[in-house]
Amino acid sequence: MQASRCYRVVVPTMLFSLMLVLLPLPEWAHAFRPDWVTLFMIYWAMAMPEFVGLLMAWIFGLLLDVAQGTILGQHALGLVLVIWLVQMTYLRIRVASLIQQALVIFVLLLAKLLLTLWVSGLVGQAPENITLYLLPSVTGALIWPWLFIVLRDIRRRYTLTNRF
Amino acid sequence: MQPLFLPGPSVTFRAIVLLAASVVVMVADHRWQHLESMRGVLESYIIYPLRYTINLPIDFFRWADQGLSSQQFLLEENARLKEQQLRAQVSLQKISVLERENDRLREMLGAQPKVGERMLVAELLVIDLDPNRQQVVINKGSNQGVYIGQPVIDAWGVMGQVIHVADSSATAMLISDPNHAIPVQINRNELRTTAFGLGCGGQLELRHIPHNADIEPGDLLVTSGLGGRFPANYPVGRIVEIDRPVGETFARVIAEPVAHLDRSREVLLVWREEAAIMNTEISPTQGPANAGK
Repeated sequence: MQASRCYRVVVPTMLFSLMLVLLPLPEWAHAFRPDWVTLFMIYWAMAMPEFVGLLMAWIFGLLLDVAQGTILGQHALGLVLVIWLVQMTYLRIRVASLIQQALVIFVLLLAKLLLTLWVSGLVGQAPENITLYLLPSVTGALIWPWLFIVLRDIRRRYTLTNRF
Repeated sequence: MQPLFLPGPSVTFRAIVLLAASVVVMVADHRWQHLESMRGVLESYIIYPLRYTINLPIDFFRWADQGLSSQQFLLEENARLKEQQLRAQVSLQKISVLERENDRLREMLGAQPKVGERMLVAELLVIDLDPNRQQVVINKGSNQGVYIGQPVIDAWGVMGQVIHVADSSATAMLISDPNHAIPVQINRNELRTTAFGLGCGGQLELRHIPHNADIEPGDLLVTSGLGGRFPANYPVGRIVEIDRPVGETFARVIAEPVAHLDRSREVLLVWREEAAIMNTEISPTQGPANAGK
């Protein structure tokens, strides 16, 4: 399988995840919105680690920063850390059941949120409610099994590698 | 055959390089604001099309809603708007007389003439930004001459100022953002102070107000024009709460913005006249939207 075919599927789905982040939600739902870009990125890094890796994570992190109006590099830093952890452990995460995977995803999302929280604090933009700030890690983990199945179907439909 | 190990330099090495790059980018962005152009390029060519796509169905529903509303409703609305227009026109007449009188008096005093202002209507894009920031995105950008630091107002008062500019969109920070401060004065007695944003609640706080300051709930805050960023005498907020805790040096004064920060859809971008001349030199294409003030 060549890389170009892989990117033709991965890049549109990643752009779609950026749109999910930008999608307007009612006020009460803001705190629950999962970090779609990170979830999508984790999936692709786990499914195709030889094509989707750190550089792509960094670029989409920067795009997320621009989209959300945060300081440039904040999400990029968190996303690179998460994808690094995924690349170190993807062989182990892959064989776990969906529920166990969701737990790992929770830890990964929490690590990213804590890192971005720390950066926000450093530049003097710390959120007022820390619990609400960390809530997306829970919703992200809860949504992971469904997201996993949808993305796996997309990957199989375009016959990108048959593992996982 | 799948390789067991990933090709290229080790993953950890690459991660460290990219983490370091992130830190460099963050420092460059935060300390020196060097990366505004890069942010503008990413925003213009990648993020703005996404925002636009998201906005399409919303715009479509609004359009369909307008198309399907009954004639009766439109007639009623038309009558109401005509009446409003008439009232506004009448009060404008009085204001123009007052303005002329004011100019004459200023001339007699030998004071500086007031700077003129020029405006452009922009629309908010219906999209969500980081819920912990008080920011909005508008559909006008550097193509229309929008610049960083430009004041954004709505029909009721000051909303905020532009902080990032892309080709055809711009991000504005609202006055209720915790990182925002705006020089104001109390309309009643011209007491000058600064209003800081309080974040999520959408309120403002006036700091360093002594206990004996002449300030009451209901007082209107207007921009003082100090600092040269916001034009003078636009309404900013109303005092809602004054707390004078015993034993503390300053009173705690809370104000509510008069602009509809969370409801306005149309906003106005303001150019001061000198800046406007510069801008028309850059982009002479925009004429009709500019209402002189």
